[in-house]
Amino acid sequence: MSISLALEQAGRKPAGKRPYFLNPEVERVLAITMAVAQELAVARERIDTLERLLEAKGLLSRDEIEAFAPTADQAAQRSLWSQEYIARILRIVQQEGEAITASEQGDLLSEEVAVELTADSKT
Amino acid sequence: MDSGETVTASAVEAYDGLPDSRVIGRHAIFPQTTHDDVARINFLAQLNRHLATQVAPFVRTAWESRVEPAARAEAGRPARDRHEVRKALLRDPMFNTWSALRRMTMEQRQQAGRWIALRQAEALAAKAAVSAGDKGRLTLNPALPMPRYVSAVDHHCMAGSYHTEQFPGDVSAGANYDVGLFITTGGLLGRWSDGGGRAIVDWVKQHKPDFKPKRILDIGATLGHNVLPIAAAFPEAEVIAVDLGAPMLRYALARAKSLGIDNVRFVQADATDLSMFEDQSFDWIQTTMFLHELSLTSMQAIFRESHRLLKPGGVVLHVEQPQYTPQMPLFEQAMRDWDAFYNNEPFWSTLHEIDLDRCFVDAGFDAAKLIHDHVSADARDIFPAAADDTVEDFGRKAAWRLVGAER
Repeated sequence: MSISLALEQAGRKPAGKRPYFLNPEVERVLAITMAVAQELAVARERIDTLERLLEAKGLLSRDEIEAFAPTADQAAQRSLWSQEYIARILRIVQQEGEAITASEQGDLLSEEVAVELTADSKT
Repeated sequence: MDSGETVTASAVEAYDGLPDSRVIGRHAIFPQTTHDDVARINFLAQLNRHLATQVAPFVRTAWESRVEPAARAEAGRPARDRHEVRKALLRDPMFNTWSALRRMTMEQRQQAGRWIALRQAEALAAKAAVSAGDKGRLTLNPALPMPRYVSAVDHHCMAGSYHTEQFPGDVSAGANYDVGLFITTGGLLGRWSDGGGRAIVDWVKQHKPDFKPKRILDIGATLGHNVLPIAAAFPEAEVIAVDLGAPMLRYALARAKSLGIDNVRFVQADATDLSMFEDQSFDWIQTTMFLHELSLTSMQAIFRESHRLLKPGGVVLHVEQPQYTPQMPLFEQAMRDWDAFYNNEPFWSTLHEIDLDRCFVDAGFDAAKLIHDHVSADARDIFPAAADDTVEDFGRKAAWRLVGAER
């Protein structure tokens, strides 16, 4: 029960109207970005702990991590992951780019199509 | 920053900044935290400190180099008060960026603390219930009406404020408050977040060395973090801590017991009516960072109650942020006023401009027996370099004004 309580209420709005200092759309995106930045710091601290524990147990040295050089295959795998990752993040830019040159027929508003598709041919 | 190679050993050795939040003291009712919870607290505390040390100075630069000249040119005269300064700043992108980030940091802090407290709310309540069985040390009043100054707006964006219960026996509001103090004060209150209480004990020991209080009242005690150093310094005294919020008081008792402080009892009450206590029954009445969360009428009533409750020879002391005096530059006043407008502290602005001396006299105190001084917290147990800190965080710094009166 407490987990559902926390999920539902951890981010609850406090009583009192929220002030906006920037364009609200910009401030909304900045707020999301700062929360993501926070979670990146959280993940980074966890990786740091992991490396230190592995080093303390003699499983690796942190110098090995710094000196690590991937083989050609490993580098290729990582590069492919990078490409996929960036493509995911910048999906909207890709789609906006494609829209610039989309043919009129390839870039119809769904509601326009809906009108066309629901037209009664008998009338 | 990359690991290992790029951080020189000398930089690591010379580091005297904000400590890792694992220095926070862990008493028995302190919530369990995961590695991620702790990392989140670390990040938010560092982010607060960054905003204070690296971004707020740019707001001053913006004010001096472009906002003030433009506002003066437009009005044909300098700004007359802090409100004109604030309204001019609201048109500046640097002020707005700093403000947006400061507000978000507070919201993220609340979310992080509530995520910790709410997900273990039942376990914490069960622990607190054991302490609450300790007869006579916790007096709750479920019928107590919440005053408008608490119910209308949640102070410092703390959803549900001090008093809201998720279920009977809940202490999650106290747990959330406790885990977040390190973040909002940037570690400047020390391991047990009790820098305010320790500062007032030092002041009393220095200025009233022969003072032997038998009965002490702390108003607006929340977690009891500031009253415990007082109780510890005067172990012979009977100490009574009052607050509006039952979740706070339940948590505070469990916290006090865990820290071995046995001469404090906790009472749920609105301090505008402390009729359960007799006239002239306290030697010392204390509030710490409390007055700014009231309303004018409630503060006047609390001053009158303080006068009624104080024994002749007794002392009332309030620790607060500095007043907006004519000597304080209008820019600093406007920056200090930020919390009033943007961090849900609606009485903050008024409290810091009114004539507190007059409030004491109106409540019956002798104008010749008023006290004015300054106190500041030391955090040398966890953050020694903060002692040399020149950072101005406009309302968050652990350096306060002391106002009070002897009777």
